[in-house]
Amino acid sequence: MSAEVADNGGPLVEIRGVTKHYRRGGERIEVLHGIDLDIPRGDFVALMGPSGSGKTTLLNLIGGLDSPTTGTITVDGARIDQLASGDLARWRAANVGFVFQFYNLLPVLSAQRNVELPLLLTDLSAGERRRRAAIALALVGLEDRARHKPRELSGGQEQRVAIARAIVTDPVLLVCDEPTGDLDRVTADEVLGLLQMLNREHGTTVVMVTHDPKAADHARRQLHLDKGTLAA
Amino acid sequence: MRFVPLILAGLFRKKTRTLLTLASVMVAFMLFGLLQAVTAAFESGADAADAKRLLTTARYSIIELLPLSYRARIETVPGVVGVAHAEWFGARYQNESNAFPVFVVDPARYLDMYREFDITPEQRAAFERTRTGAVAGRRLVDRYGWRLGQKLPIASEIHPKADGDMNWEFDLVGILDADDPAVRGNTDMVLINVALFDETRQFGKGRTGWYIIRIADSSQAKTISAAVDRLFANSPDETKTQPEKEFAVGFAKQIGDIGALISRILAAVFFTILILTGNTMAQSIRERIPELAILKTLGFSDARVTALVLGEAGLLLLLGGGAGMGAALAMLPGLNQTTGGRFPPLYVTESTWMIAVLIAVALGLAVGLPPAWRAHRLRIVDALAGHR
Amino acid sequence: MRVLLQIAQITLVNLRNLPQRLGTSLVVIIGIAGVAGVLVSVLSMAEGFRHTLASTGREDRVIMLRAGSDAEMSSGVSRDQAVLLAALPAIARDAAGRPLASAELVVMVDLPRRGQTDPNNVPFRGVQPAAFAIRDEISLVEGRTFARGIREVIVGRRAARQFEGLTVGSRIAFRDSDWTVVGVFTSEGDVHESEIWADAEVAASAFRRTGFQSMTARLVDGSAAGLADLTATVARDRRLSISVLREPEYYAKQSKVLSTLINVLGYTVAAFMALGATFGALNCMYSAIASRQVEIATLRAIGFGSAPVVVSVLIEALMLALVGGALGGGLAYLYCDGASLSTLNFDTFSQVAFDFRVTWALLGQGIVWALVIGALGGVPPAIRAARLPVTVALRAA
Repeated sequence: MSAEVADNGGPLVEIRGVTKHYRRGGERIEVLHGIDLDIPRGDFVALMGPSGSGKTTLLNLIGGLDSPTTGTITVDGARIDQLASGDLARWRAANVGFVFQFYNLLPVLSAQRNVELPLLLTDLSAGERRRRAAIALALVGLEDRARHKPRELSGGQEQRVAIARAIVTDPVLLVCDEPTGDLDRVTADEVLGLLQMLNREHGTTVVMVTHDPKAADHARRQLHLDKGTLAA
Repeated sequence: MRFVPLILAGLFRKKTRTLLTLASVMVAFMLFGLLQAVTAAFESGADAADAKRLLTTARYSIIELLPLSYRARIETVPGVVGVAHAEWFGARYQNESNAFPVFVVDPARYLDMYREFDITPEQRAAFERTRTGAVAGRRLVDRYGWRLGQKLPIASEIHPKADGDMNWEFDLVGILDADDPAVRGNTDMVLINVALFDETRQFGKGRTGWYIIRIADSSQAKTISAAVDRLFANSPDETKTQPEKEFAVGFAKQIGDIGALISRILAAVFFTILILTGNTMAQSIRERIPELAILKTLGFSDARVTALVLGEAGLLLLLGGGAGMGAALAMLPGLNQTTGGRFPPLYVTESTWMIAVLIAVALGLAVGLPPAWRAHRLRIVDALAGHR
Repeated sequence: MRVLLQIAQITLVNLRNLPQRLGTSLVVIIGIAGVAGVLVSVLSMAEGFRHTLASTGREDRVIMLRAGSDAEMSSGVSRDQAVLLAALPAIARDAAGRPLASAELVVMVDLPRRGQTDPNNVPFRGVQPAAFAIRDEISLVEGRTFARGIREVIVGRRAARQFEGLTVGSRIAFRDSDWTVVGVFTSEGDVHESEIWADAEVAASAFRRTGFQSMTARLVDGSAAGLADLTATVARDRRLSISVLREPEYYAKQSKVLSTLINVLGYTVAAFMALGATFGALNCMYSAIASRQVEIATLRAIGFGSAPVVVSVLIEALMLALVGGALGGGLAYLYCDGASLSTLNFDTFSQVAFDFRVTWALLGQGIVWALVIGALGGVPPAIRAARLPVTVALRAA
């Protein structure tokens, strides 16, 4: 694992010739065919496309949740396409923040504890973990909801907690899968505004899958995926 | 340590379910604690046995009597440092047959032999001095509300007085006690002074039930036993001498099948618990597949997620097991109060605790491994996409 | 009538949904089967022990012991007393005019259990010739009876099964000499089947006894009056310091401590297990209801009352319990019924062997316990189901 590889000045994410096949019931399904893609540091990319186009698969590959069948993926100078699952887990913990459509908070933990979760994998002391979680919650404007359980929060608030959890480790990359898919227009705009703010003011690189053109408008650029290939 | 809150949160995700499961685990371990205490009580005789004590009984039947004259002859055997004797009185108290054991003894010799019994020097002196004297175990004294100095009317089912009367009367002059619960069980008895008894009894004068021999070196037990038995070989009263422990173990073994039965009951209990808890754990993990996927997404490795699930199962069993053993422990004083003197004291031994921990860990593993393995193999992409 | 129909309909819906909850339902069944199984097995042991002692002895027979003694081991009857007792007119006689009375001595001999080495106190009974005429329940199942004046023994069927070296033709060493096993007898499953029998005179000389422990005899008149007559005669005779007990009364006393112990053990264990299983059943029924929340709410929304919901949940719990109870009882029957064991009877200080007896009454008791557990485990979840506001339940979909 080489997360500390020196900044080589190139793009943050470098994807070369990536394909992805699945087997389902003996049948081979080819989801991605030869993707080449560069995502520079500080970018905010919206990945669009109809269902089944492979956008979530591509996002999972970038976030290190899955490995490509062929091709290379380099993030921040580190090759992640060949990593074993344990190394990949460590890499994710250090480098990537995730935001999902259904927030995926742990219902039994308070907002504060949910945000603290990724920090459990670091060497930080309990006090330091609490402090950082508080900062992250403040950043998303929920410092007064720290003790609440997810079910006591609104959908928008839950998603903001999820974003706080994603950024608490200060990752180089924020990966969002339909982050506004379950929210109404106004709340969705709030969440997207938050992502924009993180991108502009903190330089966080954001990759976001969405099928909503209005959401995609918040990104710096849009990529369209169709039947497993990038449509420029 | 930092993962403990996470494990606890997972465990108590559904409070009712977890509390009910904990309660059933607790009941199982309480039963374990109590039944083991019963077994320990059966075996307490062997625990309290002294390796430097031998017992000499009539060779063919422990109920036959031996001549009192043997005492002096046994004392001549090299390695023997003390000899005492005792005889079964066959007591009937308040019309209850064998309400408690009563032994006819030579006070000084007997109390010298059983140094583990606590008695004050004044009471001991009174017992030696009083020809009609008797001493009783603390638990019996409490149970019957006896007082020092009172008359104890005890009938014998074996020994009539010279005039044929079976009703005897003794003076309670002392109380025996012991700190060690294994020893305390042995004080559930009444000792009576042989002096007046032997003078007054109708038959069996000059004879006693068995001898207790103290030896200097426990490694010589076999040799000395053989030497004692050789003394009386080919006489009308042949003897059988064996270490006290062997005697007690042999007695405990006579209970035989009941002990095996208790083990089988416990096996059934723990099997039921295994099924019950296993199902709960599996159900709980099944419901939390998406949450486990999130943990993995956040960078928790497969091994760590597996450990969390196992930790949850282990904690469930250890909490329930600990509570159950605690409950058993809390119940024992009350049980001992009600059975006082009728049954040896029940107590939880160290080995019971160790076995309890082993069972809890083993059950935790058995219950936790299937869902843990499931969590281990869980693929984030599938789980998040809703494929199970 | 409409309520009954509703109950039937909801119960059917519930049961149709059962296969989806197979795992949890099986857990309830297994949990309850465990309780019923353990309860029935332990009580069948108590029942077997009770039966063994209760079937020992007949109303028209008495056992005579030294006054004040409760057990043969602590009793003593001298030869002179035995002669006097046998001659009493209240004692029945055979066709040849000989008294149906047997003075007997009992000693303990050490025998290991089969396959083990530790000695156990096995009762060895020396009997007079009349013993067999008095106890017509005794019959030889193998070999022949012992010859008078020779060191031969016959052994009870259960003793032969439990202890080492008690097969016909084998020799066992007690005291100074060898004894030959010449036969195996049964006595309708009573306590004598745990004993070894020999000729009283031979036993007395081998074990150096001068007297006997007891005398067993048949009464001319087995009624209360006949017994009172004998008791009075014995009491009048200065030479006899003897108490007379009907056999069944005597043997019932012999089982007090062990019966109590086994019963206390059985009921305590079963009660605790039942408690644990109730928690398990509660768990199962709560999760059953959680998984059917929407169905139940939908039924309520279209007008079913809450009583039918409660009753139908309860019916399901009781059905699972019934299956568990039957399963447990069945397993206990398969594994325990007829199995024999031996243990120390604390009243006599000797080994007693007996069989597990799984009776219909015990099986019924197992089912009753199972149903109680089912009811206890079913009621609270049923009430929760009925109380759940329809809108909340539907929203949870």
